[in-house]
Amino acid sequence: MISLTSYAFVSMTLFTIGVMGVVSRRNVFVIYMSIELMLNGVNLFLVTFARHHLNLDGQIITIMVIAIAAAEAAIFLSVIILLFRSKKSLDTDMFTALKDKESK
Amino acid sequence: MESGLIIWIILAPLLGALLNGGLYFYHITQRAIPQRLFSIIGTLSPILGFIFTLILFLDMKETGNTYSQDLFTWLEVGNLHISMKLLADNLSIFMTMFVTFVGSLIHIYAIGYMHKDPGFGKFFAYFNLFLASMLILVLADNPIVLFIGWEGVGVCSYLLIKFYYGKAENVTAANKAFIVNRVGDLGFLLGVVTLFFAVGEGDMSFSSLEANIGNVSPELLVLSGVLLFVGAMGKSAQIPLFTWLPDAMAGPTPISALIHAATMVTAGIYMVARFHFLYEGVEGVGLYIAYVGAASALFAAIIACKQQDIKKILAYSTMSQLGYMFIGVGLGYYSSGLFHVFTHAFFKAMLFMGAGGIIIAVHHHQNIFKIAQERVNLPIISGTFLIGVIAISGIPPFSGFFSKDAILAAAFAEGEYLIWIIGMFTAFLTAFYMFRLYFILFWAPNKKVGNPYVYTSKTITIPLAILALGAFGAGFLNLPTVLWGEHLVDTWLLQLNSKVLHMSHLTEWILMILSVGVASAGIYVSYKKYANFDVFKPESEEGLIANKFYVDEFYDKTLVKPIQKLSVFIDKVVDTKIIDGFIMGTCNKFVEFGKIVGTLQTANVRFYAAFMLVGMSCIFIYLYISLGL
Repeated sequence: MISLTSYAFVSMTLFTIGVMGVVSRRNVFVIYMSIELMLNGVNLFLVTFARHHLNLDGQIITIMVIAIAAAEAAIFLSVIILLFRSKKSLDTDMFTALKDKESK
Repeated sequence: MESGLIIWIILAPLLGALLNGGLYFYHITQRAIPQRLFSIIGTLSPILGFIFTLILFLDMKETGNTYSQDLFTWLEVGNLHISMKLLADNLSIFMTMFVTFVGSLIHIYAIGYMHKDPGFGKFFAYFNLFLASMLILVLADNPIVLFIGWEGVGVCSYLLIKFYYGKAENVTAANKAFIVNRVGDLGFLLGVVTLFFAVGEGDMSFSSLEANIGNVSPELLVLSGVLLFVGAMGKSAQIPLFTWLPDAMAGPTPISALIHAATMVTAGIYMVARFHFLYEGVEGVGLYIAYVGAASALFAAIIACKQQDIKKILAYSTMSQLGYMFIGVGLGYYSSGLFHVFTHAFFKAMLFMGAGGIIIAVHHHQNIFKIAQERVNLPIISGTFLIGVIAISGIPPFSGFFSKDAILAAAFAEGEYLIWIIGMFTAFLTAFYMFRLYFILFWAPNKKVGNPYVYTSKTITIPLAILALGAFGAGFLNLPTVLWGEHLVDTWLLQLNSKVLHMSHLTEWILMILSVGVASAGIYVSYKKYANFDVFKPESEEGLIANKFYVDEFYDKTLVKPIQKLSVFIDKVVDTKIIDGFIMGTCNKFVEFGKIVGTLQTANVRFYAAFMLVGMSCIFIYLYISLGL
């Protein structure tokens, strides 16, 4: 029997990798994938505890998260395409339209 | 008793004003309307008002009733109950009679005077509104309704004085009239409020105020009496609030006639007479009023002797005559004061109308020497002008003699010899300066052979003729017993008088002969000096008197300039430096703060994400610690 702590450890690891990806990477695609990683980390957490408590609520939430993530993917990919069209690049440092103009 | 007719006396000119105003608006925006229509509406409405008044008057004379009309409740707050109520008692119907009569004649006169003026319709709209305001003032049943008319009269005089608003000086004169009147209005309002709190019960109607006046402590009575008189000072141009009256001559002449004869300046006298029950309780205030009146009468008469503007001379003479009226009402002889208002309305309206006719005939010159140099032959105007001059000088049997003599006799009978002497001396001056005006205008040689005849419009000469009749005969309405008369006006206004003139017939005869003698002396001196005056060498316009004792300059220095300085100080220092400084300082601090925070906005997505991470971590750590997990 794999202990609850192991599940928690795996899901937190997934989440942390996702966070680090969002913070450190510049490619929009990679950031998107990191966000998905974070989502899945949370999903794993929810499923684990649902199973542990024999309560279906967590499972239902997970399924909804997956469904919404799928819809989100569609929007995200189209946004990425538009971003690419405008700058011919997916480097986040290229997109500085909302920068405070007075500070350098 | 209730009577539905009273409101129509007011509504007639009011509707005339609305109709004329609407038509004039149509006239300037859409399509020209013939002048005739404006003049028909404009003159018919006051005449209708006069007819309604006459019907009411005849009925009251027949039955001896007092009528009132309760229109609606205006305000009901706590124990303050003010209803829109009109009152036609002997006093108000007396005023209404001559206000509508003389007012109607002035309206007819204005048709001729304002002929072909581009603002003809506007003029009549304002004119009717002026009369309506005065009628509201006179027919009011409580001081609050009276105040509506009081303010309405002020506004209309303002509108009419600056009728030719293209000239800056006219606008200044109108502003001056309005602002000086505001000072008086403040006094009036404070007086009414004091009275309301002092009486403290009943509605605010004059009858209930009269019934409850006994509750008021003497100190408050004096206070409210003096404050109300401050209002009267402003409207009736007494010292020290008189400076607006000569300047108000900037308006067209019919307005001067209306202001001086029928409306506006008589409002102060009327108001004091209306509050007669208050002034009876405090004799000192009455005496104060009489002394202010005497001082104003003398002061204005002295100034009038040296003025050169025909309308200004008449304006100062009005102020002087108003002084007489205040002597009368101040000493408690209300009917005498009001009788002088009545006779004065006739001859002063006539004098102003005559002056207007002359001014038109000589192409808008107002300096009397200039007019004399270009003298034209105006038989009707010069004839009526002479009647007016004799009437105001107090030569029997013209009306001015009887009314002025009644006031002087009252002052003598009361033992106020100082007032009597001032009154007598003013009578001398009045005869002197009025005949100075007459001699220079029509008599003094001007080296021309035969003055050209100028046609004067019928609408000008007919009202003049009617008024001349009034100026001659109005005095007979109140003949004293010593002249085998019946005191008709005194009897009609009996309700007001607290005192009856007690005097031996011999004294009365002596006083009369004295005052006729004084007036004749004035005329003689004037004749000696001005009958052969060289009009090409006008009197100098320098000296204390010709400059009106520098009162305007004095007010300018002591009141206007300091207030102006205060305004500049508030504008430049308090507003710009302190208030703006505070507000702009706060704004600038926010801007600076924003600039600091703005540096965080780097447009670097990873930076934002890291920032969120830090924030969320802090929240979780906080929750972890505080929840004790």
